[in-house]
Amino acid sequence: MIPYILKRLLISIPVLFGILLLTFVLARLIPGDPCKAILGEKATADVCERFEKKFGLDKPITTQFVLYSKRVVTGDFGNSIRFSRPVTQILVERFPVTIELAMGGLIVAIIVGVFLGIISALRHNSSIDVATMVIANVGISMPVFWLGLMLAYLFGLMLKGTIFWLPPSGRLTAGLSSIPFYEVWGWEVVYGSTKAKILEFFANHYILNALVTGNWEIFKDAVRHMILPIIALSTIPMAIIARITRSSLLEVLGRDYIRTAKAKGVKSFDIVSKHALRNAMLPVVTILGLQMGGLLSGAVLTETVFGLAGVGRMLVEAIYARDYPIIQTFTVMIAVAYMLINLIVDISYGFLDPRVRLE
Amino acid sequence: MSKQSAQLEVKNLTTCFRTGTENVTAVDDISFSVNKGETLCIVGESGCGKSVSALSIMGLLPPAGYVKSGSVNFQNNNLLSVSSSQLEKLRGNRISMIFQDPGSSLNPVMKIGDQVGEIFRIHLKMSKKESLEKALGMLKQVEIPDPESRMLTYPHELSGGMAQRVMIAMALSCNPDILIADEPTTALDVTIQSQILNLMTQIQKKTETAIILITHDLGVVAEMADKVLVMYCGQIVEHGDVKTVFNSPVHPYTKALMKSIPIIGKKTKKLDAIPGRVPSLDMLPKGCRFEQRCSEKNIQITPDCQGRIPPIFNLNNNHGSRCWLKKENQ
Amino acid sequence: MNKLGRVSENLSKNLDEDLLLQEPVSVWKRIYKRLMSRRSGKIGLFLIGFVFFIAVAAPIIAPYDPQQVLIGKEKVKKREAPCIHMLGCDISKPAHLMGIDGNFRDQYSRIIYGSRISLSIGFSTVSFAVIGGVLLGALAAFFGGWIDNIIMRIMDVILGFPSLLLAIAIVAVLGPGIRNALLAIAIVTLPAYARLTRASVLSVKELDFVKASITLGASPTRLLLSRILPNSLTPVVVLATLGIATAILDAAGLSFLGLGAQPPTPEWGTMLGSERNQVFSAPHLVFFPGIAIMITVLGFNLFGDGLRDALDPRLNN
Repeated sequence: MIPYILKRLLISIPVLFGILLLTFVLARLIPGDPCKAILGEKATADVCERFEKKFGLDKPITTQFVLYSKRVVTGDFGNSIRFSRPVTQILVERFPVTIELAMGGLIVAIIVGVFLGIISALRHNSSIDVATMVIANVGISMPVFWLGLMLAYLFGLMLKGTIFWLPPSGRLTAGLSSIPFYEVWGWEVVYGSTKAKILEFFANHYILNALVTGNWEIFKDAVRHMILPIIALSTIPMAIIARITRSSLLEVLGRDYIRTAKAKGVKSFDIVSKHALRNAMLPVVTILGLQMGGLLSGAVLTETVFGLAGVGRMLVEAIYARDYPIIQTFTVMIAVAYMLINLIVDISYGFLDPRVRLE
Repeated sequence: MSKQSAQLEVKNLTTCFRTGTENVTAVDDISFSVNKGETLCIVGESGCGKSVSALSIMGLLPPAGYVKSGSVNFQNNNLLSVSSSQLEKLRGNRISMIFQDPGSSLNPVMKIGDQVGEIFRIHLKMSKKESLEKALGMLKQVEIPDPESRMLTYPHELSGGMAQRVMIAMALSCNPDILIADEPTTALDVTIQSQILNLMTQIQKKTETAIILITHDLGVVAEMADKVLVMYCGQIVEHGDVKTVFNSPVHPYTKALMKSIPIIGKKTKKLDAIPGRVPSLDMLPKGCRFEQRCSEKNIQITPDCQGRIPPIFNLNNNHGSRCWLKKENQ
Repeated sequence: MNKLGRVSENLSKNLDEDLLLQEPVSVWKRIYKRLMSRRSGKIGLFLIGFVFFIAVAAPIIAPYDPQQVLIGKEKVKKREAPCIHMLGCDISKPAHLMGIDGNFRDQYSRIIYGSRISLSIGFSTVSFAVIGGVLLGALAAFFGGWIDNIIMRIMDVILGFPSLLLAIAIVAVLGPGIRNALLAIAIVTLPAYARLTRASVLSVKELDFVKASITLGASPTRLLLSRILPNSLTPVVVLATLGIATAILDAAGLSFLGLGAQPPTPEWGTMLGSERNQVFSAPHLVFFPGIAIMITVLGFNLFGDGLRDALDPRLNN
């Protein structure tokens, strides 16, 4: 088991380097001048010269990359050209939004998807089965941004005034703000230190923060703001998971060892829960890594629709503004997150399927 | 022959399969019984309905299959009409079954010890610790080498012979009254085959379990059977005790089968195969199903052979054959 | 029949791959029959046919020119709601089945013409990705060694990024526009076909039939083109059909973000994207393009599903 994990970890290192290199190159390849993009078309050559010197853009490309890599290793990602703030600070503020969204989407997609898939498989060819599969098919055919907008219209406008109303944008209702847990508990925090940044990163997960500090009002508010985005985002992965769970469970239930289990007198409920499910979940776990990619992509669109200040939306804006530090860092972060998730999926596959450990 | 009470009595069992357009009859009106400590072998070609009969008894037919009529009497219960929870209590407990391909018949993500121990937890309500101890005992009984470490391994780490031993261990855990073995050695090497069969015989001597052994291998039948049931196209064509059927077969099919066994030492140019093909189940003839390949019909042709399905004629001493030409013992 | 033919025939009797040696025409007939016997295949084909019809007949069925600004010609308000005479709209007003968009154009006509764009996006992206992917995958599998390694490593790098994000990044480099969006989506989806083809070719390569043919002197390239590739292609066909669905969705997503088809092109995603801030006041401008996307994508998804079931060799009893 351990050699399996170690091998997987070792392979990740060159991939990480490749990602760093690729994002650096890609960012630099974007045509257009960051100076003109940020300061405007009328910026004179003088101003731009000073601008480039300030941000180190006048040095040769290879030097820039070496400097960049050195700083990355120490955790310094530079300053955003557009906002003149450290990229890490922007990350700390924005990443939690995307994480809450993506994680929420993933959890909902898995729970609902697996549940629907199991029911469809057990009630094979019944009307429930057909209905679920129709809904699943429609679900994967819907553009996520359209679904988000339609949900916002339905719950944000049409149902206004009823108890079903849900806020169509933002993370918290105007006027409310989340108080970080370390402030509530009265911790000593040195502003600007690494420890402060890490704490702030965690505190920006409003839902968890409110849960941990027992702030029921903020918790409810934050959750209500997340409901529509999460539903929109999770629909496609949920449909895919439901379909794969169903077909996988159906296939497993036809296998010889299920027949053996029945011949042993195992009760039908236990046949599904103890014998079939663990085998049936293997293909589902396999595609989970892929689904995360879809969730991250979908997060970009969902954040745009619901006005959430997350990493995805920031990235698109940064591309327009040629804000290299943000483009590089955010892309690297997303790629690293994606890679980590696939790593976790690989490892958990090893836990679930003993046959794989021998490889 | 002493009169022993039958453990299992199958009467007029008919099993069908739903296929797209029509329904196909895989098992047509078979009846037999097995006594305590007795081994009954069901013999026939692939597709003759022997496996389906076994699955019907256990209630393990695939979704497309269903029992059309008949009864399966086990200890004063008709297995075909008991509730599913009652059937679950009997399976693995009083009636067990082992299958042809041991490799695919074990759950690949569960340890061997857990799979064997599961039976004790379900039927004897033991705790996890107790069931694992019992499982270890069963592995020792089926002579698996190094059983302690085998308990913690997974099925893909076992050879075919080992896996089949594990299956037997699971099947015999609760000392069942009946063991149904569906081609248990077909997927194994010949040397392993005899080991497995010996194991079964040994355990049977101790526990007096009735065994229903399904096979297409006449050598296995000769070695293991007390009684034989020969099936063809879903019907029983001959039944009797093994010596009688082997030494004086009556039904033309049985005769042809016996003739097709090559004898070591005898010089022949060609092997005696049965000409023709088994009729497909959706296009069965009106009369005797073996008639087209029968080599004896030319001697005494009766229009009945083509016109009506012969019933089983009882010859003597529980020896019967389904043939118009052999109404009395010859 | 020459020696090769006879040997292959004997060998194939022992293979389950008897599909390999059947005449292509009868195979297609059987597949078609199986496809049509299932609901999903039929509905999918119907939907696709419907969209195709609309695309082809666009000039005839669209009441207005999709780029025509109506500001002087008719008395219409910006983003006006649909006016359907049958549902009660005043007969004196001209009919606009799906309303007027933010530039005083008839949305119904734009949606109709949008079908042309979406269909061509779907087919061109997938064609590019399939041709490129199959070629690379076949080369990698057939030659093995370092060629295989390099090609597959590049595929892995592409697959190491979430697909839409990488497409966004590529479009950022190339500049927004429909052609660059197509290229980006094609590049991002190519690796799947490469991997699939490679796996198929590898498994067919190892069949005894192929090894025997090579020892008898058959030319490897001819073998690759005439026998191995056609039979490895069935999963590719299924993936391609489903790929058209995802390509249309991805293209709409890129257009929504402003990176794909640019206004005034009547691409459904662009139409949706430019009106998204007005969803509360003019929901019809968001609703109809989305439904159009959904119907088209659903058609290809259902058809792809039906195709997959029809081509599944395991159902060959």
